[in-house]
Amino acid sequence: MSTNRYPKTQIKPFQFLQAIGRVILSFLMTAGRLSLFTLEGTSHCLRGPWYFRIIYRQMIEIGFYSLPVVGLTAVFAGMVLALQSYTGFARFSAEGAIANVVVLSITRELGPVLAGLMVAGRIGAAMAAEIGTMRVTEQIDALTTLSTNPMKYLVAPRLIAGVTMLPILVFIADIIGVFGGYLVAVYKLDFNASNYIRNTLEFLEVSDVVSGLVKASVFGFLVTLMGCYHGYNSRGGAQGVGRATTNAVVSASILILCFDYILTEAFFAK
Amino acid sequence: MTAQISIQDVHKNFGSKHVLAGITLEIKKGDSVVIIGGSGTGKSVTLKCVLGLLTPEQGKIEIDGNNILRMTASQREKINDHIGVMFQGAALFDSMPVWENVAFGLLAKNKLSREAARTLALDKLALVGLGEKICDLSPTDLSFGMQKRVGLARAIASDPSIVFFDEPTTGLDPIMADVINDLILAVNDKIGATAITITHDMQSARKIGNTIAMLHQGKISWTGPVSDVDNSGSKVLDQFINGRTEGPIKMALRA
Repeated sequence: MSTNRYPKTQIKPFQFLQAIGRVILSFLMTAGRLSLFTLEGTSHCLRGPWYFRIIYRQMIEIGFYSLPVVGLTAVFAGMVLALQSYTGFARFSAEGAIANVVVLSITRELGPVLAGLMVAGRIGAAMAAEIGTMRVTEQIDALTTLSTNPMKYLVAPRLIAGVTMLPILVFIADIIGVFGGYLVAVYKLDFNASNYIRNTLEFLEVSDVVSGLVKASVFGFLVTLMGCYHGYNSRGGAQGVGRATTNAVVSASILILCFDYILTEAFFAK
Repeated sequence: MTAQISIQDVHKNFGSKHVLAGITLEIKKGDSVVIIGGSGTGKSVTLKCVLGLLTPEQGKIEIDGNNILRMTASQREKINDHIGVMFQGAALFDSMPVWENVAFGLLAKNKLSREAARTLALDKLALVGLGEKICDLSPTDLSFGMQKRVGLARAIASDPSIVFFDEPTTGLDPIMADVINDLILAVNDKIGATAITITHDMQSARKIGNTIAMLHQGKISWTGPVSDVDNSGSKVLDQFINGRTEGPIKMALRA
Protein backbone atom coordinates (compact mmCIF):
# COMPACT_ATOMS: atom_id res chain seq x y z
CA MET A 1 0.00 0.00 0.00
CA SER A 2 1.30 3.46 -0.86
CA THR A 3 2.26 5.67 2.09
CA ASN A 4 1.70 8.79 -0.02
CA ARG A 5 -1.15 10.87 1.45
CA TYR A 6 -1.80 12.89 -1.70
CA PRO A 7 -2.65 11.75 -5.19
CA LYS A 8 -0.10 12.71 -7.85
CA THR A 9 -2.21 15.51 -9.31
CA GLN A 10 -2.27 17.34 -5.98
CA ILE A 11 1.47 17.07 -5.39
CA LYS A 12 2.47 19.15 -8.40
CA PRO A 13 1.62 22.60 -6.96
CA PHE A 14 3.54 21.75 -3.79
CA GLN A 15 6.50 20.60 -5.84
CA PHE A 16 6.41 23.87 -7.75
CA LEU A 17 6.38 25.85 -4.50
CA GLN A 18 9.17 23.65 -3.16
CA ALA A 19 11.27 24.42 -6.22
CA ILE A 20 10.75 28.18 -5.79
CA GLY A 21 11.53 27.91 -2.08
CA ARG A 22 14.68 25.95 -2.83
CA VAL A 23 15.90 28.62 -5.28
CA ILE A 24 15.20 31.42 -2.78
CA LEU A 25 16.92 29.54 0.05
CA SER A 26 19.89 28.78 -2.17
CA PHE A 27 20.15 32.46 -3.16
CA LEU A 28 19.95 33.62 0.45
CA MET A 29 22.55 31.06 1.53
CA THR A 30 24.93 32.15 -1.23
CA ALA A 31 24.40 35.83 -0.36
CA GLY A 32 25.04 35.10 3.31
CA ARG A 33 28.11 33.01 2.58
CA LEU A 34 29.51 35.68 0.24
CA SER A 35 28.87 38.42 2.82
CA LEU A 36 30.68 36.46 5.54
CA PHE A 37 33.54 35.67 3.16
CA THR A 38 33.84 39.37 2.21
CA LEU A 39 33.82 40.47 5.86
CA GLU A 40 36.40 37.90 6.88
CA GLY A 41 38.64 38.61 3.88
CA THR A 42 38.46 42.37 4.42
CA SER A 43 39.16 42.06 8.14
CA HIS A 44 42.30 40.03 7.38
CA CYS A 45 43.42 42.79 4.98
CA LEU A 46 43.24 45.30 7.82
CA ARG A 47 44.70 43.11 10.59
CA GLY A 48 48.30 41.91 10.55
CA PRO A 49 50.45 39.98 10.22
CA TRP A 50 50.65 40.48 6.46
CA TYR A 51 52.41 38.14 4.02
CA PHE A 52 54.41 40.76 2.14
CA ARG A 53 56.12 38.30 -0.22
CA ILE A 54 52.76 37.02 -1.41
CA ILE A 55 51.27 40.51 -1.65
CA TYR A 56 54.27 41.55 -3.77
CA ARG A 57 53.94 38.45 -5.99
CA GLN A 58 50.24 39.12 -6.52
CA MET A 59 50.91 42.79 -7.29
CA ILE A 60 53.34 41.76 -10.00
CA GLU A 61 50.86 39.21 -11.34
CA ILE A 62 47.95 41.65 -11.43
CA GLY A 63 49.76 44.87 -12.25
CA PHE A 64 52.78 44.01 -14.36
CA TYR A 65 51.59 40.94 -16.27
CA SER A 66 48.17 42.46 -17.04
CA LEU A 67 49.76 45.57 -18.54
CA PRO A 68 50.10 44.29 -22.14
CA VAL A 69 46.49 43.15 -22.43
CA VAL A 70 45.09 46.23 -20.68
CA GLY A 71 47.35 48.54 -22.69
CA LEU A 72 46.30 46.98 -26.00
CA THR A 73 42.64 47.22 -25.04
CA ALA A 74 43.05 50.86 -24.04
CA VAL A 75 44.91 51.95 -27.17
CA PHE A 76 42.33 50.39 -29.48
CA ALA A 77 39.44 51.72 -27.38
CA GLY A 78 40.91 55.25 -27.69
CA MET A 79 41.45 54.84 -31.44
CA VAL A 80 37.92 53.55 -32.09
CA LEU A 81 36.44 56.25 -29.88
CA ALA A 82 38.21 59.00 -31.85
CA LEU A 83 37.10 57.52 -35.16
CA GLN A 84 33.46 57.00 -34.09
CA SER A 85 33.24 60.43 -32.47
CA TYR A 86 34.53 62.03 -35.65
CA THR A 87 31.88 60.23 -37.73
CA GLY A 88 29.14 61.43 -35.38
CA PHE A 89 30.35 64.96 -34.66
CA ALA A 90 31.11 65.71 -38.32
CA ARG A 91 27.34 65.58 -38.95
CA PHE A 92 26.83 68.78 -36.94
CA SER A 93 30.33 70.27 -37.42
CA ALA A 94 31.52 69.64 -33.87
CA GLU A 95 34.73 67.76 -34.73
CA GLY A 96 36.65 69.95 -32.29
CA ALA A 97 34.98 68.17 -29.36
CA ILE A 98 36.63 64.83 -30.19
CA ALA A 99 39.56 65.38 -27.83
CA ASN A 100 37.20 66.14 -24.93
CA VAL A 101 34.98 63.16 -25.65
CA VAL A 102 37.95 60.79 -25.89
CA VAL A 103 39.63 61.93 -22.68
CA LEU A 104 36.41 62.01 -20.62
CA SER A 105 35.18 58.66 -21.92
CA ILE A 106 38.51 57.00 -21.32
CA THR A 107 39.23 58.38 -17.84
CA ARG A 108 35.70 58.19 -16.45
CA GLU A 109 34.38 55.07 -18.08
CA LEU A 110 36.25 52.99 -20.62
CA GLY A 111 39.60 52.88 -18.83
CA PRO A 112 38.32 51.39 -15.55
CA VAL A 113 35.58 49.22 -17.08
CA LEU A 114 37.68 47.70 -19.87
CA ALA A 115 40.66 47.18 -17.56
CA GLY A 116 38.34 45.63 -14.97
CA LEU A 117 36.82 43.24 -17.49
CA MET A 118 40.23 42.30 -18.91
CA VAL A 119 41.64 41.65 -15.44
CA ALA A 120 38.50 39.67 -14.53
CA GLY A 121 39.17 37.40 -17.51
CA ARG A 122 42.87 37.07 -16.83
CA ILE A 123 43.33 37.29 -13.07
CA GLY A 124 39.88 36.33 -11.74
CA ALA A 125 39.95 33.09 -13.71
CA ALA A 126 43.54 32.30 -12.71
CA MET A 127 42.83 32.95 -9.03
CA ALA A 128 39.70 30.78 -9.03
CA ALA A 129 41.58 27.97 -10.79
CA GLU A 130 44.60 28.17 -8.47
CA ILE A 131 42.66 28.37 -5.21
CA GLY A 132 40.09 25.85 -6.47
CA THR A 133 42.86 23.36 -7.27
CA MET A 134 44.34 23.98 -3.82
CA ARG A 135 40.91 23.24 -2.32
CA VAL A 136 40.33 19.95 -4.15
CA THR A 137 43.89 18.72 -3.56
CA GLU A 138 43.65 19.43 0.20
CA GLN A 139 46.32 22.15 0.05
CA ILE A 140 43.98 24.55 1.87
CA ASP A 141 43.44 21.93 4.59
CA ALA A 142 47.21 21.56 4.76
CA LEU A 143 47.57 25.32 5.32
CA THR A 144 45.17 25.14 8.26
CA THR A 145 47.03 22.23 9.82
CA LEU A 146 50.28 24.19 9.43
CA SER A 147 48.77 26.91 11.68
CA THR A 148 48.28 29.25 8.74
CA ASN A 149 44.90 30.88 8.24
CA PRO A 150 44.02 30.33 4.55
CA MET A 151 41.96 33.53 4.46
CA LYS A 152 44.95 35.52 5.63
CA TYR A 153 47.46 33.65 3.45
CA LEU A 154 45.49 33.24 0.21
CA VAL A 155 42.63 35.74 0.15
CA ALA A 156 43.89 38.89 1.93
CA PRO A 157 47.08 39.32 -0.21
CA ARG A 158 45.04 39.00 -3.40
CA LEU A 159 42.45 41.52 -2.24
CA ILE A 160 45.17 44.00 -1.23
CA ALA A 161 46.95 43.53 -4.56
CA GLY A 162 43.71 43.93 -6.54
CA VAL A 163 42.63 47.10 -4.73
CA THR A 164 46.06 48.75 -5.10
CA MET A 165 47.14 47.61 -8.56
CA LEU A 166 43.96 48.18 -10.59
CA PRO A 167 44.11 52.00 -10.12
CA ILE A 168 47.75 52.00 -11.25
CA LEU A 169 46.86 49.86 -14.26
CA VAL A 170 43.94 52.12 -15.11
CA PHE A 171 46.05 55.27 -14.78
CA ILE A 172 48.46 53.82 -17.33
CA ALA A 173 45.53 52.64 -19.47
CA ASP A 174 44.09 56.18 -19.39
CA ILE A 175 47.33 57.61 -20.81
CA ILE A 176 47.57 54.88 -23.45
CA GLY A 177 43.89 55.26 -24.39
CA VAL A 178 44.16 59.02 -24.81
CA PHE A 179 47.31 58.46 -26.85
CA GLY A 180 45.35 56.06 -29.10
CA GLY A 181 42.77 58.79 -29.72
CA TYR A 182 45.57 61.26 -30.43
CA LEU A 183 47.14 58.90 -33.01
CA VAL A 184 43.91 58.57 -34.97
CA ALA A 185 42.97 62.24 -34.66
CA VAL A 186 46.37 63.58 -35.72
CA TYR A 187 47.62 61.00 -38.22
CA LYS A 188 44.38 59.85 -39.78
CA LEU A 189 41.92 62.72 -39.35
CA ASP A 190 44.53 65.48 -39.82
CA PHE A 191 43.91 67.30 -36.55
CA ASN A 192 46.51 69.80 -35.36
CA ALA A 193 48.59 68.00 -32.71
CA SER A 194 49.07 70.91 -30.33
CA ASN A 195 45.38 71.88 -30.55
CA TYR A 196 44.36 68.31 -29.81
CA ILE A 197 46.62 68.12 -26.74
CA ARG A 198 45.44 71.55 -25.55
CA ASN A 199 41.79 70.53 -25.90
CA THR A 200 42.49 67.29 -24.04
CA LEU A 201 44.14 68.98 -21.08
CA GLU A 202 41.85 72.00 -20.96
CA PHE A 203 38.66 70.05 -20.40
CA LEU A 204 40.09 67.35 -18.18
CA GLU A 205 39.47 67.79 -14.45
CA VAL A 206 41.15 66.01 -11.59
CA SER A 207 37.78 64.58 -10.50
CA ASP A 208 37.44 62.81 -13.88
CA VAL A 209 40.66 60.91 -13.32
CA VAL A 210 40.09 60.33 -9.60
CA SER A 211 36.57 58.96 -10.12
CA GLY A 212 37.99 56.48 -12.65
CA LEU A 213 40.71 55.41 -10.25
CA VAL A 214 38.22 54.92 -7.41
CA LYS A 215 36.13 52.80 -9.75
CA ALA A 216 39.25 50.83 -10.64
CA SER A 217 39.97 50.16 -6.98
CA VAL A 218 36.43 48.88 -6.41
CA PHE A 219 36.65 46.73 -9.56
CA GLY A 220 39.99 45.34 -8.37
CA PHE A 221 38.33 44.33 -5.11
CA LEU A 222 35.39 42.71 -6.93
CA VAL A 223 37.55 40.76 -9.38
CA THR A 224 39.86 39.35 -6.70
CA LEU A 225 36.96 38.71 -4.31
CA MET A 226 35.06 36.70 -6.92
CA GLY A 227 38.19 34.77 -7.94
CA CYS A 228 38.97 33.91 -4.33
CA TYR A 229 35.37 33.18 -3.29
CA HIS A 230 34.58 30.81 -6.14
CA GLY A 231 37.97 29.10 -5.90
CA TYR A 232 37.76 28.75 -2.13
CA ASN A 233 34.30 27.19 -2.28
CA SER A 234 34.89 24.94 -5.28
CA ARG A 235 33.96 21.28 -4.88
CA GLY A 236 34.12 18.12 -6.91
CA GLY A 237 37.48 17.82 -8.63
CA ALA A 238 38.40 19.14 -12.07
CA GLN A 239 34.79 19.83 -13.04
CA GLY A 240 34.26 21.86 -9.86
CA VAL A 241 37.39 23.91 -10.52
CA GLY A 242 36.23 24.57 -14.10
CA ARG A 243 32.83 25.71 -12.81
CA ALA A 244 34.49 27.95 -10.22
CA THR A 245 36.62 29.59 -12.93
CA THR A 246 33.61 30.31 -15.14
CA ASN A 247 31.55 31.60 -12.21
CA ALA A 248 34.40 33.85 -11.07
CA VAL A 249 34.70 35.56 -14.47
CA VAL A 250 30.95 35.84 -15.10
CA SER A 251 30.09 37.14 -11.62
CA ALA A 252 33.02 39.59 -11.59
CA SER A 253 32.03 40.94 -15.03
CA ILE A 254 28.39 41.42 -14.01
CA LEU A 255 29.37 43.05 -10.72
CA ILE A 256 31.77 45.41 -12.51
CA LEU A 257 28.96 46.63 -14.76
CA CYS A 258 26.51 46.94 -11.84
CA PHE A 259 28.97 48.82 -9.64
CA ASP A 260 30.01 50.99 -12.59
CA TYR A 261 26.47 52.33 -12.71
CA ILE A 262 26.21 52.70 -8.93
CA LEU A 263 29.52 54.57 -8.71
CA THR A 264 28.74 56.78 -11.73
CA GLU A 265 25.44 57.66 -10.08
CA ALA A 266 27.26 58.43 -6.83
CA PHE A 267 29.96 60.60 -8.49
CA PHE A 268 28.13 62.45 -11.23
CA ALA A 269 24.36 62.35 -10.66
CA LYS A 270 22.89 65.76 -9.98
CA MET B 1 47.56 7.33 31.89
CA THR B 2 45.15 10.06 30.71
CA ALA B 3 44.32 10.25 27.02
CA GLN B 4 46.19 12.76 24.86
CA ILE B 5 43.33 12.77 22.37
CA SER B 6 39.80 12.12 23.54
CA ILE B 7 36.92 11.87 21.09
CA GLN B 8 33.58 11.60 22.87
CA ASP B 9 30.21 10.91 21.25
CA VAL B 10 31.01 12.89 18.10
CA HIS B 11 28.25 13.22 15.50
CA LYS B 12 28.72 14.66 12.04
CA ASN B 13 26.05 14.90 9.35
CA PHE B 14 26.19 16.01 5.73
CA GLY B 15 22.61 16.94 4.93
CA SER B 16 20.52 13.91 5.78
CA LYS B 17 23.53 11.58 5.76
CA HIS B 18 24.82 10.70 9.24
CA VAL B 19 28.50 9.98 8.69
CA LEU B 20 29.59 9.91 12.33
CA ALA B 21 26.93 8.62 14.71
CA GLY B 22 28.53 8.97 18.14
CA ILE B 23 32.16 8.01 17.69
CA THR B 24 34.12 7.63 20.95
CA LEU B 25 37.85 6.95 21.07
CA GLU B 26 40.65 7.59 23.58
CA ILE B 27 44.25 7.79 22.37
CA LYS B 28 47.11 7.67 24.88
CA LYS B 29 50.30 9.68 24.58
CA GLY B 30 52.94 7.88 22.54
CA ASP B 31 50.50 5.31 21.20
CA SER B 32 50.19 4.46 17.51
CA VAL B 33 46.51 4.05 16.75
CA VAL B 34 45.25 2.93 13.37
CA ILE B 35 41.64 3.63 12.48
CA ILE B 36 40.44 1.17 9.87
CA GLY B 37 37.16 0.84 8.02
CA GLY B 38 35.67 0.59 4.57
CA SER B 39 35.44 3.43 2.08
CA GLY B 40 32.87 6.05 3.05
CA THR B 41 32.62 4.97 6.69
CA GLY B 42 33.84 8.34 7.99
CA LYS B 43 37.54 7.75 8.68
CA SER B 44 38.66 10.96 6.95
CA VAL B 45 35.70 12.86 8.45
CA THR B 46 36.85 11.77 11.93
CA LEU B 47 40.35 12.99 11.13
CA LYS B 48 39.05 16.33 9.81
CA CYS B 49 36.93 16.83 12.93
CA VAL B 50 39.97 16.29 15.17
CA LEU B 51 42.04 18.65 13.00
CA GLY B 52 39.37 21.35 13.16
CA LEU B 53 38.71 21.24 9.42
CA LEU B 54 35.11 20.15 10.06
CA THR B 55 32.89 21.04 12.99
CA PRO B 56 30.82 18.22 14.42
CA GLU B 57 27.17 18.81 15.32
CA GLN B 58 27.55 17.12 18.67
CA GLY B 59 30.22 15.71 20.96
CA LYS B 60 33.51 16.71 22.47
CA ILE B 61 37.08 16.46 21.18
CA GLU B 62 39.95 17.10 23.60
CA ILE B 63 43.64 17.36 22.85
CA ASP B 64 45.87 17.46 25.94
CA GLY B 65 42.76 18.20 28.02
CA ASN B 66 41.64 21.19 25.91
CA ASN B 67 38.23 21.02 24.25
CA ILE B 68 39.21 22.07 20.73
CA LEU B 69 35.62 22.62 19.62
CA ARG B 70 35.32 25.61 21.96
CA MET B 71 38.57 27.26 20.91
CA THR B 72 39.03 30.45 18.94
CA ALA B 73 40.94 30.28 15.64
CA SER B 74 44.13 31.65 17.24
CA GLN B 75 43.96 29.16 20.14
CA ARG B 76 43.42 26.43 17.59
CA GLU B 77 46.50 27.56 15.64
CA LYS B 78 48.61 27.15 18.80
CA ILE B 79 47.37 23.56 19.19
CA ASN B 80 48.10 22.91 15.50
CA ASP B 81 51.72 23.99 16.09
CA HIS B 82 52.15 20.65 17.89
CA ILE B 83 50.41 18.59 15.23
CA GLY B 84 51.75 17.22 11.96
CA VAL B 85 49.61 15.83 9.16
CA MET B 86 50.56 13.68 6.21
CA PHE B 87 47.77 13.96 3.65
CA GLN B 88 46.49 11.20 1.39
CA GLY B 89 47.51 13.02 -1.80
CA ALA B 90 50.55 14.66 -0.10
CA ALA B 91 48.88 18.12 -0.54
CA LEU B 92 52.18 19.81 -1.33
CA PHE B 93 52.11 23.46 -2.40
CA ASP B 94 53.11 23.48 -6.06
CA SER B 95 53.82 27.22 -6.00
CA MET B 96 57.02 26.66 -3.99
CA PRO B 97 60.01 24.32 -4.11
CA VAL B 98 60.26 21.13 -2.07
CA TRP B 99 62.37 22.61 0.73
CA GLU B 100 59.94 25.50 1.27
CA ASN B 101 57.11 22.97 1.48
CA VAL B 102 58.93 21.10 4.22
CA ALA B 103 59.75 24.23 6.21
CA PHE B 104 56.48 26.02 5.41
CA GLY B 105 55.04 26.03 8.93
CA LEU B 106 58.22 27.56 10.35
CA LEU B 107 58.68 30.07 7.53
CA ALA B 108 55.07 31.25 7.60
CA LYS B 109 55.34 32.02 11.31
CA ASN B 110 58.74 33.71 10.85
CA LYS B 111 60.24 31.30 13.38
CA LEU B 112 63.37 30.76 11.27
CA SER B 113 65.41 32.65 8.71
CA ARG B 114 65.23 31.26 5.17
CA GLU B 115 68.78 29.85 5.46
CA ALA B 116 68.04 28.09 8.75
CA ALA B 117 64.70 26.83 7.38
CA ARG B 118 66.44 25.37 4.34
CA THR B 119 68.99 23.58 6.53
CA LEU B 120 66.21 22.16 8.68
CA ALA B 121 64.27 21.08 5.58
CA LEU B 122 67.35 19.24 4.29
CA ASP B 123 67.68 17.42 7.63
CA LYS B 124 64.03 16.35 7.55
CA LEU B 125 64.28 15.29 3.91
CA ALA B 126 67.30 13.17 4.82
CA LEU B 127 65.19 11.47 7.51
CA VAL B 128 62.76 10.30 4.83
CA GLY B 129 65.56 9.24 2.50
CA LEU B 130 65.55 12.21 0.12
CA GLY B 131 68.70 14.11 -0.83
CA GLU B 132 69.63 17.72 -1.50
CA LYS B 133 69.23 17.38 -5.26
CA ILE B 134 65.43 17.36 -5.05
CA CYS B 135 65.08 20.23 -2.58
CA ASP B 136 64.90 22.98 -5.22
CA LEU B 137 62.55 21.06 -7.51
CA SER B 138 58.84 21.74 -7.75
CA PRO B 139 56.66 19.04 -6.11
CA THR B 140 55.13 18.42 -9.55
CA ASP B 141 58.54 17.17 -10.75
CA LEU B 142 58.50 14.32 -8.21
CA SER B 143 56.92 10.86 -8.39
CA PHE B 144 53.91 10.24 -6.14
CA GLY B 145 56.00 8.12 -3.78
CA MET B 146 58.52 10.95 -3.42
CA GLN B 147 55.72 13.45 -2.88
CA LYS B 148 54.42 11.28 -0.04
CA ARG B 149 57.88 11.25 1.52
CA VAL B 150 58.09 15.05 1.22
CA GLY B 151 54.63 15.19 2.83
CA LEU B 152 55.96 13.04 5.67
CA ALA B 153 59.01 15.32 6.05
CA ARG B 154 56.67 18.34 6.25
CA ALA B 155 54.49 16.59 8.84
CA ILE B 156 57.45 16.10 11.18
CA ALA B 157 59.27 19.37 10.41
CA SER B 158 58.25 21.09 13.63
CA ASP B 159 58.85 17.97 15.79
CA PRO B 160 55.14 17.61 16.61
CA SER B 161 53.83 15.66 19.57
CA ILE B 162 50.95 14.24 17.48
CA VAL B 163 51.16 13.10 13.85
CA PHE B 164 48.18 12.14 11.69
CA PHE B 165 48.62 9.93 8.64
CA ASP B 166 45.72 9.95 6.19
CA GLU B 167 45.87 6.82 4.00
CA PRO B 168 49.70 6.88 3.90
CA THR B 169 50.06 3.92 1.53
CA THR B 170 47.10 4.50 -0.80
CA GLY B 171 48.08 4.73 -4.44
CA LEU B 172 51.57 3.29 -3.90
CA ASP B 173 53.05 0.05 -5.13
CA PRO B 174 53.64 -2.59 -2.39
CA ILE B 175 57.36 -1.87 -2.15
CA MET B 176 56.95 1.90 -1.86
CA ALA B 177 54.07 1.32 0.59
CA ASP B 178 56.43 -0.70 2.78
CA VAL B 179 59.08 2.03 2.48
CA ILE B 180 56.51 4.55 3.74
CA ASN B 181 55.50 2.22 6.58
CA ASP B 182 59.15 1.85 7.64
CA LEU B 183 59.63 5.62 7.47
CA ILE B 184 56.56 6.22 9.61
CA LEU B 185 57.88 3.76 12.20
CA ALA B 186 61.35 5.33 12.07
CA VAL B 187 60.18 8.93 12.43
CA ASN B 188 57.79 8.00 15.23
CA ASP B 189 60.64 6.32 17.09
CA LYS B 190 62.83 9.35 16.45
CA ILE B 191 60.41 12.09 17.56
CA GLY B 192 58.35 9.97 19.99
CA ALA B 193 55.05 11.35 18.75
CA THR B 194 51.56 9.96 19.17
CA ALA B 195 50.53 8.60 15.77
CA ILE B 196 47.01 8.32 14.40
CA THR B 197 46.72 6.61 11.06
CA ILE B 198 43.66 6.29 8.85
CA THR B 199 43.86 3.42 6.43
CA HIS B 200 42.11 0.44 4.92
CA ASP B 201 45.41 -1.27 4.16
CA MET B 202 45.59 -4.06 6.77
CA GLN B 203 49.21 -4.88 6.02
CA SER B 204 50.13 -1.29 6.80
CA ALA B 205 47.87 -1.21 9.87
CA ARG B 206 49.47 -4.31 11.34
CA LYS B 207 52.94 -2.94 10.75
CA ILE B 208 52.65 0.62 12.08
CA GLY B 209 49.89 0.32 14.69
CA ASN B 210 49.91 -0.67 18.36
CA THR B 211 46.16 -0.23 18.67
CA ILE B 212 43.49 -0.83 16.06
CA ALA B 213 40.09 0.87 16.03
CA MET B 214 37.45 -0.41 13.62
CA LEU B 215 35.01 2.20 12.32
CA HIS B 216 31.64 0.86 11.19
CA GLN B 217 28.34 2.70 10.65
CA GLY B 218 29.72 5.92 12.13
CA LYS B 219 30.90 4.33 15.39
CA ILE B 220 33.95 2.54 16.69
CA SER B 221 32.76 -1.06 16.64
CA TRP B 222 35.93 -2.61 18.04
CA THR B 223 39.17 -1.38 19.53
CA GLY B 224 42.12 -3.29 20.93
CA PRO B 225 45.79 -4.16 20.54
CA VAL B 226 47.00 -5.13 17.09
CA SER B 227 47.89 -8.62 18.39
CA ASP B 228 44.19 -9.28 19.12
CA VAL B 229 42.94 -8.39 15.67
CA ASP B 230 42.79 -11.98 14.43
CA ASN B 231 40.92 -13.18 17.53
CA SER B 232 38.77 -10.16 18.18
CA GLY B 233 35.41 -11.91 18.25
CA SER B 234 34.03 -9.01 16.20
CA LYS B 235 32.21 -10.14 13.08
CA VAL B 236 32.67 -6.70 11.51
CA LEU B 237 36.44 -6.67 12.04
CA ASP B 238 36.74 -10.30 11.01
CA GLN B 239 34.92 -9.64 7.73
CA PHE B 240 36.99 -6.52 7.06
CA ILE B 241 40.45 -7.99 7.69
CA ASN B 242 39.65 -11.09 5.69
CA GLY B 243 38.09 -9.11 2.87
CA ARG B 244 34.89 -11.18 2.67
CA THR B 245 31.75 -9.95 0.92
CA GLU B 246 29.50 -11.93 3.31
CA GLY B 247 28.99 -10.39 6.73
CA PRO B 248 27.62 -7.36 8.55
CA ILE B 249 29.44 -4.82 6.34
CA LYS B 250 27.11 -4.06 3.43
CA MET B 251 28.30 -0.61 2.41
CA ALA B 252 30.48 -1.59 -0.51
CA LEU B 253 27.88 -3.96 -1.90
CA ARG B 254 25.16 -1.32 -1.80
CA ALA B 255 27.36 1.19 -3.58
